[in-house]
Formats: sequence, structure tokens, C-alpha cells
Amino acid sequence: MTISTDVGICHFALIGTPNSGKTALFNALTGSRQKVANYPGVTVERKSGLFRTPAGQNVNLIDLPGTYSLRARSPDEEVTRDFVLGRMSLETPPDLLLCIADATNLRLALRLVLELKRLDRPILLVLNMIDIANRRGIEIDVAGMARELGVPVTTAAAVRRGGIDDLLRKLDDLAMDRAAAPSGVAWQPPSSTELRAAQREADRIIGVTVRKPPAPHTLTSRFDAVLLHPVGGLLILLAIMFVMFQAVFTWAQPPMKLISAGFDWLGDQAHTALPPGLLQSFIENGVISGVGSVVVFLPQILILFLFILLLEDFGYMARAAFLMDRIMGNVGLHGRAFIPLLSSVACAIPGIMATRVIDSRRDRLTTILVAPLMTCSARIPVYTLIISAFIPARTVWGVANLQGLVMFALFAAGILTALCVSAAAKFLVWRDNPTPPFMLEMPDYKLPRVRSIAIGLYTRAKMFLHRAGTTIFSMMVLIWFLASFPQPPEGATGPAIDYSLAAWFGHLLEPVLAPIGFNWQISVALIPGMAAREVAVAALGTVYAIEGGKEAAPQIGQALAQHWSIATALSLLVWYIFAPQCASTLAVIRRETGSARFMALTFGYMLALAYLGSLITYRIAVLLGAG
Amino acid sequence: MFHDHRTRPSTRLSSLGQSRRGYRGRVEAIKVLPHHCDLPEGELERRLIELGFTEGARVEILYEGLFGRDPIAVRVDDSTVAIRRREAMAVVVEAFEAHDD
Repeated sequence: MTISTDVGICHFALIGTPNSGKTALFNALTGSRQKVANYPGVTVERKSGLFRTPAGQNVNLIDLPGTYSLRARSPDEEVTRDFVLGRMSLETPPDLLLCIADATNLRLALRLVLELKRLDRPILLVLNMIDIANRRGIEIDVAGMARELGVPVTTAAAVRRGGIDDLLRKLDDLAMDRAAAPSGVAWQPPSSTELRAAQREADRIIGVTVRKPPAPHTLTSRFDAVLLHPVGGLLILLAIMFVMFQAVFTWAQPPMKLISAGFDWLGDQAHTALPPGLLQSFIENGVISGVGSVVVFLPQILILFLFILLLEDFGYMARAAFLMDRIMGNVGLHGRAFIPLLSSVACAIPGIMATRVIDSRRDRLTTILVAPLMTCSARIPVYTLIISAFIPARTVWGVANLQGLVMFALFAAGILTALCVSAAAKFLVWRDNPTPPFMLEMPDYKLPRVRSIAIGLYTRAKMFLHRAGTTIFSMMVLIWFLASFPQPPEGATGPAIDYSLAAWFGHLLEPVLAPIGFNWQISVALIPGMAAREVAVAALGTVYAIEGGKEAAPQIGQALAQHWSIATALSLLVWYIFAPQCASTLAVIRRETGSARFMALTFGYMLALAYLGSLITYRIAVLLGAG
Repeated sequence: MFHDHRTRPSTRLSSLGQSRRGYRGRVEAIKVLPHHCDLPEGELERRLIELGFTEGARVEILYEGLFGRDPIAVRVDDSTVAIRRREAMAVVVEAFEAHDD
């Protein structure tokens, strides 16, 4: 299995416990030459990168998901196990296991090294964060540790300039005399007795090779005294979330407007450059506005991930999970689901992407299932349109504005439904799956590094744009096709969409949607509204033959007020709380879960809720005389 | 699920899951009863060991959550672990006397 030597490239795998600084070392070694993909058939991220040793050896480095043991408990850890054991048919087994340990916290890492040693593969143990260990007065006899463990050991300070020089030199020595990789390692998951024995041995080695001053009052414990305070900690968490939420909404506005204006300009250019007809419509409405409606979310995604990466690197995420666990746990959600769900209030797409921080598959899927119910920013234009057209701006109870109250109710309804659905999923979907325990290590706080944040943001942006360029883009083209074909006949008087497949579908849907008070115009507008919820505003304008797209919202509102009853308007509002009216979200769910069935499940339950909710609303409103 | 403090045996052995903030002691044993978790048999024990809960490890409860004092943040030798009380019930601990420190 040593294909690697033929092409002159070594394959190293980076393995270590969570929080050992693995990602920092990976970034230090490979820089921006990284590739993020998925392992075939699973939704686990496969991160690889290239680097060259001082002696000129090219190395392909794989960053394996963090694990405490090869005894895999999650899909992520299964990848680590199968990769290390050379069980992945499409992957070259690693020539060397680069095992990384936090020098300030060696207990669990050394146990893992002892477990890996039994595989009889070349290992190099890297004691990372050696600078921090030294500063705390921890003395490590590196040579002694290598002797006791029986594997070579070196030190590194991945976040420091020049902190990996020793490591690179050591790699050259090892790469020279690496042994041929034996394939098909016989391996049995260790029993609790073996785990205990390994931990005892690790503790013994630490006892003879590590000298530690009596535990000082570290900065981490001082931070934790505030950040993990039962009441104060929760308030700080809320404050951080508030700032994050504000930033996603306000900081993102200028670049979003710029992108949107840029694509509008591009569309106009295409409009004037091309002769009127199919090609013009395809380029302008299909390609440019289709791509534009997705790319416009990039600033929000970048700002959100900036916060997430900063909090993660600082070590705060585990604390946030700790603080929120009990509250979320009541409805069957993991403490870590809090941030993805909150992010979904801006847009479900980054929210769903952020669920990667949840390690248990069950918890992650539940979070993805309910994330689209949170009121995203694309619903706001629709809500605003209907509320301003139908809800009087009256003061109720002396203080509150009725319009604002309705808006608040719509937000609250989304959150409450999300909680109910996840509680229902706990009893229905996961009935036979055990509740995963909440157990996680809380790392020491660390100052985030600009470089590693930048690399993280860059990879997220690349991933999102790649997705926008493929899955989401094809959905947009499909929606354009539905709204444009067939073309209106010669001398047609109505808007072009009246003659299209979308109109045909709309008329087809009309009898189905009539019980919830939707006329055929609404049914037609819902189809382009699948591209993004706010597109429905412009689409309603189109079917009611009002020129001016999004900018014409007040006129559209007037038209709606003439044509619709209040019952219909309320029904449509309720529809928008629940309905899966966003092709991009569905595409992202498909990508992130790796399952079309799961996407269908999300689509189905949201559609059912929407129909039911609208039906009840419409009927009650009609009974009360608002029909 | 939580035992009343008054019924606690008079020995220094107790369960980590029913100890309060500030508790300091040493892991005596891992004893998983069926109601401690829904995982397959032996799984919780191994996970606890992998997070450092081995016999002899020094533990200290650093923080408690707001609701039901759950979960807890436990110092286990050199690392800090967040764990729900339900699973921590499986960790049998022996309290330190004042002179043990």
C-alpha cells in the first residue's frame, strides 16, 4: 500500500484529543493550501493540506476529527478510526501518525498515544503549546517521555512564528526511514479494563517525566468565575448573542446592499447588451439574479462565522453549551444547538452550516430540522408588506403598536414551534435512539489568532460560494424556467408569468390552497418565492401587474388590500411562519445531512404545519367575520 | 433521582452527581446503574474513563448550572469537564478530609 512513495509524496495524519491545538498546528503547517471536502458517504468534513519539509519532502497532511480514543462514538470519530486503521478504501493509509497533545494537559492525550502505539504504526508525538507550559513553570523531560512511551517526541508552539521549526526538522528525520505501512491492522476496541490500565500507565509516565508547580490560580479560572456564574454567565451569554445578532443584521447591511446593487447593475448591463428574448431573460433573471440572491448572504455568513470562530478559538463555545444545556435539554436539544439556532434568525443557511459544532449526529439533525422555523431576515419583507397593508397602526394596551405586536408574535411563533418540533422529534423520530450524554472538556481560554481566524473564514466563504455555484444555482435556474416557460403568445396582454408553467402550477394548486384562503395569484407568487422568501413580494407585484419590483412594495400593499380579505392576509402570514419557502435552505440541508430523505422530511413537516396553521387561521378569521 | 442528603450514608463515599459546588474528593470507582444513561452497557464507563475519571483522579466541582444546579463543571486532575448530573451519578467519589490536601 505504499503508493505514496511512487509519487514522492508522504501522507501524514494529524490526530489528537479535542482542544489539543490540532487545527492551529494544521494551519501552521499547511497555511492556506487547504482543501475541505466531505468523506464519501458521510457528512464528516475532510480537511487536507500540503506542505514541504526543509529537506524538500512533499507531505499531504490530513486533519482528522478530534477524538479521545479510537473507540469511535460519533461519525466523526469513526472516520478517525477507519482512516488510522487503513480501512478506508479510497484513502491512502497514513505513513505517519502525527499525534498532537496539549503540553499543559497531557493525561488524556498520553492515554491516546498508548492506544495508538498498539497499532504498530510510525508515530510522532508533538507536545503543542509548549510555550504556555513553560510559562506556567511546567517542566517536561522530552527525551525521557520518548523513552518511556517508546515513540519519538518533539515540541511545538503552533501559534508562534518559528514554533514549528523543531517539528519540521524531526519530520525530515522520520520521513527518511519510515516503514512500509502494513495494511489491514487487526484492532479491537479497548475494554474498560484496558482503558484503565492505559490511563494508569500514562499517569505513571507523567509522574516521572513532568514536573509541575502547585496549581496556580490561572487566568482561566478567573474568567470562569465570571463567565460560568449561574446568573451572571447567562446574562453575559445573552449580551454576546445580542451583539452578534446586531452585527449580523447591521454590519452586513452595507456590503449586502453593495452586492445587491452590483448584481442589479450587472443585470441591467445584460439587459441592454442582449436583444430582448429568452437569452436575455435567462442571463438577467435566471443566472445573474439567481446567483445574486444567494451571494447576497455572504456578508451575513462571514460576520456570523467571524463570531463563531472567535468564540470557538477563545474557548467560549464549550462554556456557552454548558450554560444553555439544561434549558435546551428540556426540549431534547444539545447545549451547543443554541448558537446555530440563534444564527438562523439571520438566515437558516449559516445556522445550518454552524451545526457542525454539534458532535452528536442525533442532536445535530434535530437542530437542522428546526432551524428553518426561526424567523429569518428574508421573511421580514413579506411580513412588513402584509402587516402594513392589513394591520392598522393602532396603539393597544396603551403602549404597544399593534403592527409591532403582530411582528413580535410572528417571531415568537417561530421560536415556540421550533421548540415544540424538537420536543416532538425527541419522542417520535428518536424514540429508539438513546439520549446522548452531555460530556465535554472545557479548554483553557486562549487568545484567538488573526491568521487562524482568517483561514477559517476563507474556507467557509469558499465552501459557501462553491455551494451557491452548484446546488443552489441549479435550483434558481429551475425556478426561473418554471416562471418563464412557456413564453406568452404574440399580442398577450397579461404579465408573462401568467402564461408560464408557474401559472399552470398555481392554477393547479388553487383548489388545494382555496381552503386556506389563497387565490390563484398567491399560488403563482409562491413558486418564484421558493427562490427566497422575499422574492414573493416582487412576484406578487408581477402577478398584480405592478411595475417596479421590490421598490414598489407600498403600491403592492395597496393592491393587496383591495383584492384580499383580512382572513387571507392572516392566513398568508401564518403560512410564512412555517412554509419551507426557500430552495437554498433545502439545498443546504441536503448537503449538510447528506440525505435527500432528511430534506424531504423537513420540507414535508414544514408544509404540513403551514397548511394546518393557515387553515385554522383562515377558518377562525372567517368565523369572526374577517372573510 | 437525586437522593435526599439526609439519607446519605455516613461514610465519606458519595456520588459526584449529588455533590455540591466546592466539593473536593477523589474518584473511588465508576459504577453505572441503568438509570444513569441510555447508552449501551459499558459505554458510559468507558466514556468517563476517556475523560479522565479514573480511580484516584482528584475531582472538584467548580460550577453548577442555574436550573436544577445542572450540569456541573468538574475539575478532573488537570482538565475541566462539563457533565450532566445524571451521568455524574455513576462516579463514586470519596471526599477529602481537610488534611488530605
